[in-house]
Amino acid sequence: MNIDAPALEVHNLTASYNRKPVLWDIDFQLPQGQLIGIVGPNGSGKTTLLKNIMGLMEPDSGYVNLFGKKLNDIRERVSYVPQRESVDWDFPANVFEVVQMGRYRKNNLFKRMTARDREITTQSLEKVNMLEYAKRQISQLSGGQQQRVFIARSLAQQADLYLMDEPFVGVDAATEESILNLLTEMKKEGKTVIIVHHDLQTAYEYFDWIVLLNTRLVASGPKDEVFTSNLLQEAYGGRLTVLSRIGDLIAKKDFPIRESNFKEKEGQGDG
Amino acid sequence: MDKLLEFLSFQDPNVRTVTFGTIFLGMSAATVGTFAFLRKRSLVGDAVAHAILPGIAIAFMLFQTKNPFVLMSGALISGWIAMLLIEHLSKATKLKPDTAIGLVLSVFFGIGILLLTSIQHSGAGNQAGLDQFLFGKAASMTRSDLLAYGIVALILLMAVILFFKEFKVLSFNPDFAQASGLPVKRLQFILSTITVLAISIGIQSVGVVLMAALLITPAATARSWTESLLVMMVLAAIAGGLSGLVGSYISFAAPNMPTGPWIVMCLSFLALFSLFFAPKKGVVARIRQQQQNRKKILSENLLKTFYHLRENNPSSRTFSREELLEKRPFSDTEYNTALGRLRKQFYLIPEGHNWSLSEKGYEEAKRVVRLHRLWEMYLTERMRLKADHIHPNAETIEHIITPEIEEQLLRELDYPETDPHHSPIPYPRK
Amino acid sequence: MEALYIILTAFCIALSCGTLGTFLILRKMAMVGDAISHSVLPGIVIAFLVSGSRNNIPMLIGAAAVGVLTTVLIELLHKKARLQEDASIGITFTWLFALGVILISAFTGQVDLDQECVLYGEIAYVPLDLIITHSGTNLGPRPLWVSGAMALIVLLVTRIGYKGFFITTFNPDYAKALGISTVIWHFVFMSLVSLTTVVSFESVGAILVVALLIAPPATAYLLTGRLKTMLLYTAILSLLISVCGYVLATWLNGSIAGAMATVAGILFAGAYGVYKVKAGKGTKAPLKKPAY
Repeated sequence: MNIDAPALEVHNLTASYNRKPVLWDIDFQLPQGQLIGIVGPNGSGKTTLLKNIMGLMEPDSGYVNLFGKKLNDIRERVSYVPQRESVDWDFPANVFEVVQMGRYRKNNLFKRMTARDREITTQSLEKVNMLEYAKRQISQLSGGQQQRVFIARSLAQQADLYLMDEPFVGVDAATEESILNLLTEMKKEGKTVIIVHHDLQTAYEYFDWIVLLNTRLVASGPKDEVFTSNLLQEAYGGRLTVLSRIGDLIAKKDFPIRESNFKEKEGQGDG
Repeated sequence: MDKLLEFLSFQDPNVRTVTFGTIFLGMSAATVGTFAFLRKRSLVGDAVAHAILPGIAIAFMLFQTKNPFVLMSGALISGWIAMLLIEHLSKATKLKPDTAIGLVLSVFFGIGILLLTSIQHSGAGNQAGLDQFLFGKAASMTRSDLLAYGIVALILLMAVILFFKEFKVLSFNPDFAQASGLPVKRLQFILSTITVLAISIGIQSVGVVLMAALLITPAATARSWTESLLVMMVLAAIAGGLSGLVGSYISFAAPNMPTGPWIVMCLSFLALFSLFFAPKKGVVARIRQQQQNRKKILSENLLKTFYHLRENNPSSRTFSREELLEKRPFSDTEYNTALGRLRKQFYLIPEGHNWSLSEKGYEEAKRVVRLHRLWEMYLTERMRLKADHIHPNAETIEHIITPEIEEQLLRELDYPETDPHHSPIPYPRK
Repeated sequence: MEALYIILTAFCIALSCGTLGTFLILRKMAMVGDAISHSVLPGIVIAFLVSGSRNNIPMLIGAAAVGVLTTVLIELLHKKARLQEDASIGITFTWLFALGVILISAFTGQVDLDQECVLYGEIAYVPLDLIITHSGTNLGPRPLWVSGAMALIVLLVTRIGYKGFFITTFNPDYAKALGISTVIWHFVFMSLVSLTTVVSFESVGAILVVALLIAPPATAYLLTGRLKTMLLYTAILSLLISVCGYVLATWLNGSIAGAMATVAGILFAGAYGVYKVKAGKGTKAPLKKPAY
């Protein structure tokens, strides 16, 4: 399926984690202005995918385009919400300070925050219903509140594309509702939101478009096309053992899986 | 050379004492340190080594003696308190483990230094030599020292032998230990105690600051050579003992050289050597493996080239270098490497300036092509990749598929006849 | 006057170490700091040998480079030789420190360092090391000038780079996603730590540098939930440690550096008490989080 002006284009992405390939030749395009869920069983490479897209990891092969450009040329339009557990919440900071980080840029790191920055930070907090906690230390927040702080920070960037890693894990009902309302708002504003989601049951409810991932791409498309028993079975029905064994071999033997020697164009060659 | 022989003759009783002492201490520290290493507690060991200082100082102040048992008891208590404190601070406060370790290490050591310097300056007659705990006093070891350490080392060894199985589970699989009903707390208590003991005597050899090395460097050395805990411990003990021997020799041959640091140098050298040159796990071994991989890839690619040329011109068997290079662009070095390897394996037959495949070579070429095309089938059928995206992937994976995996592929795909591009899959001649 | 010189020098050193140490413990790199403070020894000795004195700035920078090299070596052992991280740290710093001690022994005549000094410094001698200009003016002790300058640099860099340190410490992945180079910030930070260690070495020695790097920030960490406050508390603690440490050392006639570490420990114990009381009350800083 070819999409006009995709928000995200992943092209033949093969990526490893601890020297073992966890993503094989992932290839898909995602449309703008939709709520997109990436789902798959544990260990299917979802977070690795997100990290590769955000340039936090280097792929073994393949590339990623956002709005038709490389990440570096378009960073101001992309916002990343890491997993909540990736941060130490004992860090001495309050809610406002964390959200304000969303206003940091490479080129304003040595300047003071402006009134406009503070204004946007405040507005972002309001959007997630956390304004009253602005001066609260982050160690005193519940899981759901922490998640909302992370999202507010991301909103403060005022980006067009949002990538979130498991934002619904371990949050209370109030937070869940808050986030969902927010997502609806964002979609109305034409934003694109891509969420790595942990729960298959709710995925159908929350998202317009689904990407089914299990080390390889199983499917990517509008939710009604993807949520078929065949495809779900394939995604959740267990590992491809051959793939797994080969992955282990590659890790064990330090095998080079970037064959940079080979110069033939893809699609050709006798095999 | 004379010095070396003189040393090894062990005629001088002093030399004997010092040498056996440092070997002993090295071996016992290495044995116990193996567990610390496996449980990732190397730096806790470092902290405990620094933390025994105040214990020694206070023991001296209270009992006004330098009797090794008295001082060791002080060391033991102080070290134990430090260990407990580190544990408690990491668990009961928001302090992180590394902060807790560094905090206890430096504060306890500071207290120790304060007390020691205070004692030194107070001019008490028999306080000389307390500062040798900082850097070790191997060279001035006496026979009574040796006796004391010998007894303690024996206790350590007995504990390790007695609880070997339990310690093994504790180190490799702590969750399982808990689940299988082992008295984990009690075992940890014993292990911690013998670790502190080993540290208390080990510092006589290398001093407080470098004690961590005596504990963990031998273990790191041994790790590169084996997966078995028993072998690892033995190798570590040998490394520890050997380094003690070398250190003693150096202190004998060059009396102004400090023994402790030389022991550590020797340990570090052994560790570095192992990390680099151990078979399979060493850096050099892995680089060699990577080179092997590369050569394999090149020669298999050349084999495929032959096959493809034959596939397209069924009547030709012999090909020139130009033809081969035109079909697939190798660099000169690559071509020569591949060619050399294939000749060695008797896959090629020279025909004047040109080459053809031998019987064996042809079968081998078929194998690689088969793997490539099978894999492409797998990619399209099971992984839903598009046919025009799979070639580079197959180019890589064809070289790593083992016969077992090939079997599995054939079964899963049900012995397909063609690949996604409709090229026939060559099967071995019956 | 002498006491004032000593206390001021101690304060400047404690301030530099404490400020950097705050970020060090937040980055969970306390033991890397410990490693660096040991491993700069051979660098210092070589600098001494080459330049003939301790006062040579380029040589000090060279010694600091060894500190940065240490982090590189630890990384190499960990990533390339696949050695576990704690062992990588332990092995690297012990062999470098051993090397330093051997060099001192080998060149005893030429290097004005003895083994004890290396571990706990000789800050008591600060008032003796005066800078006298050609015209005969006494500018005060050299170590005070040097550590004072160091403290100024550290405070300045912290002030200017506050946001950068803040974000790269709290959430390096997010920083990278914003296009901020965590590598550069890490490098700048480690260089400062190394430099501070080298400068502080002769006054307080290796282990006590570690105490000043870790104890005051750890104490402040227990007392507050705001980074700026943590830095402020660390500064106050540094002052207390310097003053009380001097007094304690004088009273017991022992090492000033050791006394400072002891005072740091006492202050920590006090903060721990406060922390536990607060936690018990459950008002301000609950140990258990709300259920949702």
